[in-house]
This record gives sequence, structure tokens and C-alpha cells, in this order.
Amino acid sequence: MFGMFNRSRDLRTEGVWIAVVLVVIFATLRYDNFMGLYNVQTFFGYNSMFILIALGMALVIMTGGIDLSVGSVVALSSVVAAYTSPYGIEVALPAGLLTGIAAGAINAFLITKMRIVPFIATLAMMLGARGMALVLADNKSVSVDWTSNFTKFGLTRAFGLIPWAVILAALVFLALWIMLERTTLGRRILTIGGNPEAAKLMGVPVNRTLAITYIISGGCAGLAGVILASGFGAGQPLEGLGWELSAIASVVVGGTLLTGGVGSIPATLAGAVLLGLIFNILNFENGLGVISLSAYWQSVIRGGFLLIVVILQSRSGGGLVRRRSTT
Amino acid sequence: MAKAKDMTGSSTVAKINLGQLARDNGTFLALIALIVINMVITPNFLQVQTLYVNLTQVATIAIVAIGMTLVIASGGIDLSVGAVMALSGALAPFVFLSEFGMASPGLALVLSITVALLAGLLCGMFNGWLINQFAIQPIVATLVLFISARGLAQVLTNGNLQVFENPAFEFIGSGRVLGIPFQALMAVVFALILSWVVRRTAYGRYLLAVGGNAKAARLSGISVNRVRLATYAICGVLAGFAGMVVSAINSASDANQTGQLMELDAIAAAVVGGANLMGGKAPIIGALIGAAIIQLVKYTLLANGVHDAVALIAKAVIIILAVYFQFNRAE
Repeated sequence: MFGMFNRSRDLRTEGVWIAVVLVVIFATLRYDNFMGLYNVQTFFGYNSMFILIALGMALVIMTGGIDLSVGSVVALSSVVAAYTSPYGIEVALPAGLLTGIAAGAINAFLITKMRIVPFIATLAMMLGARGMALVLADNKSVSVDWTSNFTKFGLTRAFGLIPWAVILAALVFLALWIMLERTTLGRRILTIGGNPEAAKLMGVPVNRTLAITYIISGGCAGLAGVILASGFGAGQPLEGLGWELSAIASVVVGGTLLTGGVGSIPATLAGAVLLGLIFNILNFENGLGVISLSAYWQSVIRGGFLLIVVILQSRSGGGLVRRRSTT
Repeated sequence: MAKAKDMTGSSTVAKINLGQLARDNGTFLALIALIVINMVITPNFLQVQTLYVNLTQVATIAIVAIGMTLVIASGGIDLSVGAVMALSGALAPFVFLSEFGMASPGLALVLSITVALLAGLLCGMFNGWLINQFAIQPIVATLVLFISARGLAQVLTNGNLQVFENPAFEFIGSGRVLGIPFQALMAVVFALILSWVVRRTAYGRYLLAVGGNAKAARLSGISVNRVRLATYAICGVLAGFAGMVVSAINSASDANQTGQLMELDAIAAAVVGGANLMGGKAPIIGALIGAAIIQLVKYTLLANGVHDAVALIAKAVIIILAVYFQFNRAE
């Protein structure tokens, strides 16, 4: 059975959550304003973009694939959302979402119909979507319409408390969690990743299932683009560089096997939150002027952190990032 | 990834070499076609200056793509090459600009180059060690240095541009031998040496065996770990060399910009040149041709006044077409 709670008893899933809790306790004790409303709101508001693309990436990786195009798709859909912003959020959000879905559909076509390996297909989409974004925006950032309710989406909060971006990310999180754990589609995604040959023999519609995961990943990136444009007041064709790697890192930290077949949506959330927290803490350290970490040291430390996590995971017996058959 | 069986089948090494030859010719024909098209449509294409511009721009991509081809042949990928370029490119001037370097320029030059290449070697060995020791997938293992090696280079230089004047070092980037840009010559020499190594040495045979089927390679007594370590090390050294070339061309090292997105260009060049991400083939000369094709398409579009963002889209289409046709022919 695919019971939600049976699976969350899984050690690696718990490991990430334990790490999150420990980091939060540490930071709360160390910094006065860490658990303050402002920091929590800003943290989740900003990280909702990374959480969204990490969730989409997790599904793709569970099938044994990869999506390198998400960073560029964020940029492209932020440009589209900015152009449609005068019509309000009710048009701009679907427009950005559809842009992402279209990019995901092209990825899916390349992978399932033209049978190009996901790494290369999405690498091409990474270049193509970036090119499209730059052509559409004519190499500049595209300002959004400040009088429309699109800007309100980015700058106001539901019930005056929760950023709309967080609500959006939370809805996607719940939908994908239920989908993965409770539906046939979710079971198929994990089956394909576990053993594509067996899945085919079992009558799983492999291509259709794969296509859906790339479309979901594209859609998540599209929503992240909408959040980017509304939160920062501009469609940004050059934004999102390297975000695909942050997303992959979140998925890996969340214990999802890059070879596919294993993975959890809540643990991916935890992975994204954990990476975001490291960044947040480094900013606090900077603000305190204690070690005065330059942005340069921050990337060294983030790399070191990723190193520690993957080494710990590979040693924790479960062989989380262990390649399967080749060695 | 999921399509492993479809892409390579279970061909023997000999078969792969024949197929590879056919594919190399396919890419070569595409290059010829591009040159012919340019002779017709691009003004001033047939000038020595145009050739120099293209040769100097393509050399770094080609050098890194050669290393990437070896890594891909082993069944891996190296995302860290651009960051390693930044590190090596920053280290070399760091040494000859130091007090000691100023005092004894000759020794400092040798030491600069040694240190830069050593940094590349260590980065590559670190990647290989991570992959071997902890069985971490290459894309994740090399992500670590992708994130932190550029940071190290920035810490080293405080994120500032390091401008220098050192004619001997600048020769790596702007010198000419028999009228040919030095770095282009090096790219060709590296390619010839490594394609000989792949074809004629035990390491080359082991590499293709490891990439084709690591388990079978291990069972037949090949030290898979050593082959992998050597492969990532070679890739790191070549990236280190490319980093020095970029610094030498600009007479300055820029830790923020050097090697940005180079991993993508190198992967693209390797793949257009006939490398297969499933491993088992190492078309080194193909990587040279792949890099030339990507460079020439960019040049064609720019020289004809097309929006430079369109070049990105064109690159995407080329990669897809190359892989698509390569795959169809393999069938």
C-alpha cells in the first residue's frame, strides 16, 4: 500500500526534517529576529519559487529523468506574465502557467517522440527558452503594470498574513503530494523510475506518464515565473540562471534517488527549505557582522554543505544518491 | 536515464568505432555545409581575420569539450568545468603577480602555469574521488565544485578583475605559431594526443569499456575507479588550461565571468560531435568539429545581423537535430 504515513516513517525522509528542525532551533537561539513574522514571511515568499521548481523537478527525477530547462522557463514565463500583467492576475497567471506548460510539452515531445535523452532535450530547451525570453523582452527587463491587481498579487498577503506566492506553492505541494501518494499516476511515476522495462511490461503507459511529469515541471516553473514577475515588478529574461541546479540539489537533499523510482514530495519540500535556510542564516551572519561573509564565501559554504549532505546520505546505508546497476 | 537500452544497444567496441566513424563524417559534412553557406551569404567571410576570430573564440570550448567527451565516454558528466576554469584562470596571475613572482619572472611563469594546471587536476581528482568513494552520481558530485570552485576563485581575487601585463603568459592567449593562434594549435594537439590515447592505449580501451558497461568492466578485471579518476583528472586539467587561455586573452582574470555556462557549451559540442550520454564512445575529433559547428553558427547569425538571443535558439535546434540524426543512424 502507498499509505502516506507509512512512507513518511522512512528514515531518509525523517533525516531531512530532523535537519530542518535542528537548523531552525539553532537559528532561533542565535538570531533575535529569525522567527519574527517578517523573516518568516520573506523566507517563504522568496523560497516559494524554489520550492515550486524543486517539486516539479522531483517528479521528473523520480521517473529517472532530469529537467535542466526550469531556470530558463522561469525567465520566459516571467516575461510573458509581465506582458500580460495589464489584464490582471486572472490573465497573467494562466498565461505564465501556460508558457511553462508549453515548454514542458515540448520537452515531453522531444523525450517521448523524438526519443532524445532528457538531459539533452531539456538542455536544448534551457537554451531555447532563454533565447525566447531574450528575444521577447528585447534583452531588457519588462516592467509590469503597477495599477493592475497583478502587482497586488506579489506585494500583498492573504488575510494580511500569508504571501499569495506561499498559498500558490502550498496548493501545488498538496496537489502533487496527494497525486504521488494516492493516485495511479503517482504509482506509475515511481514504477517507471524503478524499472522502465518492467513498467512497460506491466502495461504502464510510459510515454504518457513521462510526458505528464515534464509538463508538471514546466508548469511549476511557469508559476515560479509569475511569482518572480509580480514580486519584483518586472519580467526578467536573465533571471533564473542556475536555478535548475538549486532544484536538483533540493531534490537530492530531500533523499530522492537520481536514478528514479524513489522519492517523496514532503522530503523535497524539506530539502528546498533546508537549502533556503542555509542561505537565510548566512545572510543573518552577514547582518550581524560577526564573520562578515562575502557572497563569495557563501557559495563556497553552500557547496561544502551540499558535499556534506550527499556524503552523509551515501553513507546512511540507504544509498540515496547511489547509482544503481552500474557499479 | 530511462532510454539506456534504446540508445546504445549492446554493441561491441569494434562496432561502436565503425558507427562513430560514420557519425563523425556526418558532423564533418554539416561543418562543410556551414562553411559553404557562409561563403555565399556572409560578407568578408573568406578573410584571414574572420578565421582568426573564429579560431580564438572556439579554442577554449574545444579544449574543454575534449575533456568533457572523455568524461561522457565514461558514462559521466562534469558540470564543474566552467568553475574550474575560473579558479585556474584566477590562480595563474595570482602567482606571477605576487612579490615572489615579480622578483623572478621566469620561474614564476613556470610556477603559475603549474599551479593553475595542478588546481584543475585536483578539482578533477576531487570529482573522481567523490564519485568513486561515495558512489555519488556524477551530476551531483560535480555540482559541488560547480557551486564552490567559482566561489573560491572569487574569494581569492576578492571578486575583482585582476589586470596584468605579462607578455610571456599572454602568449597562451594571443600568441601565434606559424601564423596560427597558439590556443587553437593546442586544442588540435590535445585532440590528436587524446584520440590516439583513446584508440591505442589500455586506458582508452578501459575507458570505453567502463562507459559501455561498468559492471562488466569491473568483472573483467578493469580498475573502474582508477579509470574514472584519471578521466575526471584529465577533464579538470584541460579546464584549467582553458581558464588560463581566457585570462591570457583578456590580460586579466575575471573570476565572475570566466567559464560562465562553459559546461553547457562543452556538453553541446561533445554531443553534436557524436558523444552519447550513455557512455562507451569517445569521438574526440568529433568534439572539435562540434565546437566548430556551434561557433560557426553563432558567427553566421551575428555576422548577418540576427538578434544574438536567436543564436541560443539556433544552438538548441542544432543540438536536437544532431542527437536525433545520430540516434536514427545508430538504429
